[in-house]
Amino acid sequence: MRSTASILHLDLDAFFAAVEQRDKPSLRGKPVIVGGIGPRGVVSTASYEARRSGVRSAMSMAEARSRCPHAAFLWGRFGAYREASRLVMECLGKLSPLVEPLSLDEAFVDLAAGPSSTPLNAGGDVESIAADLRAEITRTTGLTASVGVASSKLMAKIASEINKPDGVCIVQPGTELDVLGPMQVTAIPGIGPATAERLRRASVETVHDARQLSEDELVRVLGQASGRSLFRMARADDDRPVVADRETKSISIEDTFEVDVVDRERLGRTVERMSRSVAAKLTTNGLSGRTVTLKVRHHDFETHTRSSTLAGPTDSPRVISETAHRLLAAVDLRGGLRLVGVGVSGLTDWVQDDLFDDDRPDPDPDPDPEQAPDPTEQPVTYRAGMDVHHAEHGDGWVWGAGLGRVTVRFETRHTPPGPVHTFAAQDPDLCPRRTYTVEP
Amino acid sequence: MKFRVERDVLAEAVTWVARGLPNHPPVPVLAGVLIVASDEGTVTLSAFDYEVSARITIAAEVAESGTVLVLGRLLADISRNLPPRPIDVVTEGTKVQVTCGSTRFSLLAMPADDYPTLPIAPAVSGTIAGDVFTEAVAQVSIAADRGDTLPILTGVRVEIDGDKITLLATDRYRLAMRELTWNPEATDASHVALVPARTLSDTAKALGALGSVEIHLGGSSSGDGLIGFEAGQRRATTRLLDGEYPKVTSIFPSSADSESVIETTVLVEAVKRVALVAERNTPVRLRFSDGQVAIEAGTGDGAQATEAIEAVLTGPEIEIAFNPQFLLDGLGAVGTAYSRLSFTQSSRPAVLSGQDEVDGPADTSYRYVLMPVRFAS
Repeated sequence: MRSTASILHLDLDAFFAAVEQRDKPSLRGKPVIVGGIGPRGVVSTASYEARRSGVRSAMSMAEARSRCPHAAFLWGRFGAYREASRLVMECLGKLSPLVEPLSLDEAFVDLAAGPSSTPLNAGGDVESIAADLRAEITRTTGLTASVGVASSKLMAKIASEINKPDGVCIVQPGTELDVLGPMQVTAIPGIGPATAERLRRASVETVHDARQLSEDELVRVLGQASGRSLFRMARADDDRPVVADRETKSISIEDTFEVDVVDRERLGRTVERMSRSVAAKLTTNGLSGRTVTLKVRHHDFETHTRSSTLAGPTDSPRVISETAHRLLAAVDLRGGLRLVGVGVSGLTDWVQDDLFDDDRPDPDPDPDPEQAPDPTEQPVTYRAGMDVHHAEHGDGWVWGAGLGRVTVRFETRHTPPGPVHTFAAQDPDLCPRRTYTVEP
Repeated sequence: MKFRVERDVLAEAVTWVARGLPNHPPVPVLAGVLIVASDEGTVTLSAFDYEVSARITIAAEVAESGTVLVLGRLLADISRNLPPRPIDVVTEGTKVQVTCGSTRFSLLAMPADDYPTLPIAPAVSGTIAGDVFTEAVAQVSIAADRGDTLPILTGVRVEIDGDKITLLATDRYRLAMRELTWNPEATDASHVALVPARTLSDTAKALGALGSVEIHLGGSSSGDGLIGFEAGQRRATTRLLDGEYPKVTSIFPSSADSESVIETTVLVEAVKRVALVAERNTPVRLRFSDGQVAIEAGTGDGAQATEAIEAVLTGPEIEIAFNPQFLLDGLGAVGTAYSRLSFTQSSRPAVLSGQDEVDGPADTSYRYVLMPVRFAS
């Protein structure tokens, strides 16, 4: 624990749902649920309007539908989320070089490592840093964020929850124990419903209750790791540093198909394209890898990864692609694949080239595999939430689709709520709008 | 069936025949060794797994001829552990009694009728000196692929052209080639065969010690999908690999810009020492300058090591990096007092060959081409 409030935790509010409300003006102020819309789907994010009906992340989509039948149910647009996340992380990078992203919508920042480190003792500066940051995020992304600043990661994360959404909380050094004491133990990261239930049976509901137990008693209730950890966390005793740039362990790309794919040749082309993207990403980062992994998810969600370790590390698109193809050849395609992915791990910075490499020129000099749409893709399947373009009506998003028809609402982030039109799914004037590309 | 044989003779024979038997055979009889006792005073032991066959004939006092199939590894273990006295082998119904002094084993006889017929080796194509054959196979098979990526690369390519044999193997990172002479049956002998490297290496070790080795590839230039070896009383066959071997001629650099001659053992020891800090075969870097080569491994993040040793350099200075194991494999195979390394560029293949004198001529009958490593950019 530090003597200054210099660790900042940022959490974007209802991130996926907020991006959808930003880009779909007619949904602003209305319940929005993002996730897998199919019968087996789960909720990724619910907007605050939907949360009022009791919809939560990780809830089954069927339950979400029964609790909030009038919500807009949308498939995620991860390209849009990644882009927004990138902009937010850029804003954080201006505060300090030490930024530790936890996910697309959450990160720690070590303000003490940043340019404004000296006057941090004066609380006023921290407040203005947090206010400026939130304003900048809203200006660049149109989203709102909650910020907590404290003397440790634990307290910063807890603080960002206190005035959520769209709020700030600064825990002044020295007040940690008082802030934490009355909170439910579940406020401490890592204490989930099961652990909370075990603690409840030991008459522990608040952090203050937990402090009444000795370390040995907590270990008896929760086991070694959790017990010791809670003993320290309950006392706000947390000296974990902010770690920027966690070491990259692997580089991979994967994509879910709109409809399950059985065609081996088409999968082969996808694997080829992904191998090139992975190789390009390795080269950009000055890396090479020894193990090539193919990930497949079958039609019934059964997921397998198969890998092959080479005698020497490579960054060659040809070697990665050949290896991935060989792994694909061993996959049973009956029933089709929902998802395929190619990855390289065992990363290092040197390459064992192949004596034969010179003889075989790159078979397909495709200049930009990521951008080039696969001309052989099946006719597109329109899914709720997807960005589309119509030759006459302009940009919009899929409001609903099925039975050979697509209903589109024509509006974007920068327009007022727009009109709804229905087209045939095959309408040549209608096409998906790529606001993003699949990122490695 | 009933015969008596010396312990050492049986132990050596059955150990050799049983060495390639599968641990988990697809059919139980394939775990067996077939024993045939003949009235002519010989016992023949054979084993076959549809890929490789081995057969050996030994002298024995045969009281009653016959055929029996027993578990090969078990018989090998038993015969090795028996006291050094004559062993009696007798069949009694479905059992095989193995008696040696007061020790007695009773083994189950497996149904010999179900045992597959051993392949017949093609006709003899020529003979080669055993020690030369063993050395050449060892020099080349180190470069064969041990993985499962390209089955064709797990083989040694054997090319016969008159009285010349060229052995070659590559795992795509290094390539080893050895040229040698032999005594062909026909002066216009011409064959290309791809022999599984592991089997070839085992066979060459086992047969090379017995003097001259016969190689059986048959009459047709493509062979019959089978190669046979015979030396002394031992005969072996192995199925050839099928497929097109990659074109390798363009891999040999046509010229060299820099050449360095180094005492082989000195270089091997230096590379081994320095490579102690090269975890998981991270590269060793060799910097050749006038009169010496500086060898380094490791990075600033971890342990580092350097050593400089004497080296004669002709041509411009060069710095080049290798997988240390690949370099040591080649240096271990070269078999001469001095090693000659030839380079063009740091990113291009280097060639290792041997020579007996520091300023003598290069012996190019063995060449080991090694692809350097580079740093990812």
